[in-house]
Amino acid sequence: MVESTINATQAVVTLDVPIQGIVWGSIITVNMWAKSIGTGVVFLAAFLWFRHSKEDMPNLRWAMPIIAFLALNVFLLFTLIDLHQPYRMVNIFLHPHWTSSITVGAWLASIFLGLITLLLLIGVGEKFPGVPFKGCKLTKFGRNNSALYEKLMPFVLFLAIPVTTYTAIIMAQSSARELWQAPTEVMQMMWAALMAGSAALALVSGSWSREARKDLALILSIATFFSFAMYMSEYFFSFKSSEAEAVLAFVHSGGAYNIVFWIGLTLGFIIPFFIAVGNMKSDNQTLLKFAAILALVGLFIVKDVWLKIPQLLPLS
Amino acid sequence: MKLGFLVDLNLCMGCKGCEIACKVENEVPLSTWRLRVKYIDLGTFPDTRRSFTPLRCNHCESAPCERICPVSALHYLENGIVNIDSERCIGCAGCMMACPYGAIYMDPETNTADKCTYCAHRIESGMMPACVVACPVEANIFGDLEDDHSNISLYIMEHKGAVQVRKPEKHTSPTHFYVGGGNQTLNPLAHQRLEGFNLFNDITHLEHVGDKNHGILDRFLAPFVGHPELDNTSLIESATDAESHEQEGGH
Repeated sequence: MVESTINATQAVVTLDVPIQGIVWGSIITVNMWAKSIGTGVVFLAAFLWFRHSKEDMPNLRWAMPIIAFLALNVFLLFTLIDLHQPYRMVNIFLHPHWTSSITVGAWLASIFLGLITLLLLIGVGEKFPGVPFKGCKLTKFGRNNSALYEKLMPFVLFLAIPVTTYTAIIMAQSSARELWQAPTEVMQMMWAALMAGSAALALVSGSWSREARKDLALILSIATFFSFAMYMSEYFFSFKSSEAEAVLAFVHSGGAYNIVFWIGLTLGFIIPFFIAVGNMKSDNQTLLKFAAILALVGLFIVKDVWLKIPQLLPLS
Repeated sequence: MKLGFLVDLNLCMGCKGCEIACKVENEVPLSTWRLRVKYIDLGTFPDTRRSFTPLRCNHCESAPCERICPVSALHYLENGIVNIDSERCIGCAGCMMACPYGAIYMDPETNTADKCTYCAHRIESGMMPACVVACPVEANIFGDLEDDHSNISLYIMEHKGAVQVRKPEKHTSPTHFYVGGGNQTLNPLAHQRLEGFNLFNDITHLEHVGDKNHGILDRFLAPFVGHPELDNTSLIESATDAESHEQEGGH
């Protein structure tokens, strides 16, 4: 835990109640991490379709909504299980409080998941007519409304932006934790989405054209570089806030999470950056997939540390 | 009407009468506190002194907990009290992350957020908060901040520059004031929590949020298969961690 004292006073707590430790733990990290994948693949798919013909990424039309659907369901499941009263989640829809970014985010994410489900029905319905069983009305609906995919995609892309960034606003509203109050958190969420999205798609890019994969590696390298740069600037530069600086000074000095943080940065940012940069020339699919897995693992570790360290501060 | 609270730390003698009165009045479960009195020792022997700081919800005019609550479980009453509706709370702990004063806890019996309400139920009946009534030295002063002739307004006017709030830099506009405090008592970063320095126990941090026997699966199953009723006795029985800690050399 993070505490300090002034030499002149030598103030020491001699009687107090036990105080709260970490309130938002790894469940919330899974929540953020899965959401980054769910929205990131949408950004990447839109970019790749803008830059390349659909034939260059033959499976993207159905693979993207499948990945996004799974990731968003993991995100929502972990949101739910983190609640101490999960069945009351419905209160967010029955008694919404619109100043809360948790409320706004829950509504946006639910609409977003609805749209992704439509894309999934169309994409899977076209590619796998017999799934989940022959004559399934849902996939039949998808097949019969194929043109809807292109019409929905701009809305999905537009909605992916606030769904990605609203967590930064939740963190900004968590005013007890100074470390999360940085305006850079919004961009950090965007870079995390691009990183996770490119990494997730790299795992299914085996049948893609070399040029498309090159673009994927480019985005992965840019996202890891800028995300790393932002973490470093937040980690080393002054926050002008005594609480955030106390947290960082504690971690800098080898306190809890110091080693884990650097392992996460090395695994998830530094190594994938160099592999991705190299991959733009060599097109080594195995290495790219390795970099993608490292990026996903490292992103989770670093997000987990960044979530937990400000909670080491005693608030009163 | 805007109700406010002032604690004169020059008068407080750390008897914890307010803490106990609050526990009894609001049936606050073990391992949680709406109001607590923190002892801080200052200086080095023989030039030392002990300060006592009662800490409770600040009922901020711009309350971050009210803002972040997704279901309006935390809401303002007309008299300025930040109240909580535990029937509506979903237990997301957003308020615990937003409150800069660490004044909100997860009730281990209801698994919903809870905090000091300035005894809103007593105020409604024309009574004072339990902690105010219990204080033997009248260090707790409670009243209407908008009434220039209320005790609290007169006290604030009398002490002017000596009146402080906790963490003013957070722009929460607390309606809870202190007289006689200092950085070393009101700033949690200005004092240390050292292992082995606590008077009656050595448990510095809670290991769980809410009921520690209420795991993820229990949260979903409890409405159907039931959940063992948690009361203070079962909490005492489950406090084996503390006992083993004592055996390892803790207080």
